[in-house]
Amino acid sequence: MIGLSHYLVLSSLLFGLGLYGVLTRRNAVAILMGIELMLNAANVNFVAFTRFVDPTFVRGHVAALIVITLAACEAVVGLALVINAYRHLETVNVDQVDLMKG
Amino acid sequence: MNAEALAFYALAAMVVVGGGLVVQSRNLVHAAVSLVPTLLGVAGLYVLLHAEFVTAIQLLIYVGAITVLILFVILLTEGATGLRVPQRNEQVPLALVVSGALVLLLWAVLLRVPWGPPAGTLPPYNPGAVGRSLLMPYVLAFEVTSLVILACLVGAIVIARREE
Repeated sequence: MIGLSHYLVLSSLLFGLGLYGVLTRRNAVAILMGIELMLNAANVNFVAFTRFVDPTFVRGHVAALIVITLAACEAVVGLALVINAYRHLETVNVDQVDLMKG
Repeated sequence: MNAEALAFYALAAMVVVGGGLVVQSRNLVHAAVSLVPTLLGVAGLYVLLHAEFVTAIQLLIYVGAITVLILFVILLTEGATGLRVPQRNEQVPLALVVSGALVLLLWAVLLRVPWGPPAGTLPPYNPGAVGRSLLMPYVLAFEVTSLVILACLVGAIVIARREE
């Protein structure tokens, strides 16, 4: 029988993968992909808790929908920044974008 | 093993393998395309959790829009994402330790907690309940989200526009 802990184990694994991606990638677009994985892990948690702990008012579904919307916003602004950085600096590697380093 | 367990393990394998390819693949286009099975697997998990409306939105926004957007940006910044550029920094062992420790800590905690039975049942028609929730108790969050979307729209256009 698949219970809440199955979903929680899976989502923490997905979160760990996303964190690994964010920490190891040099390319800003790849870092954004890692962040998307982490947001998806959080969403799985929201929906799983709605099903197994607090189903009456589907609060977790509402939270998941808002997180999906904000993830789309974050991707749009992040990718606009990446395009702008590429236009000015010819690189999107976060360890080479260091104009503000003292 | 019943059908639900079978579906869950298949979807879990899809999510984890896809996620591994996303963070591990040397070619960024492969990584972006691997996002698709991962996000589809998450959508399948939503189906198993009886969240039909969230599934539809996940398919439309994540699988449909965000993946395509990421692929577009990879194409536009080809000079920096080519195969000759190393895609990983020198923090790999440290990142393995940190994320592995975090996952093990989370597992140790959440496998020990007694979660108890659900306090009620899911409403029979999900999208209606979600809509009522969004427009009655959570209308403030809804409106603030729409403001954030407007700010994102304007901000993205201003940032990505070519200067004269």
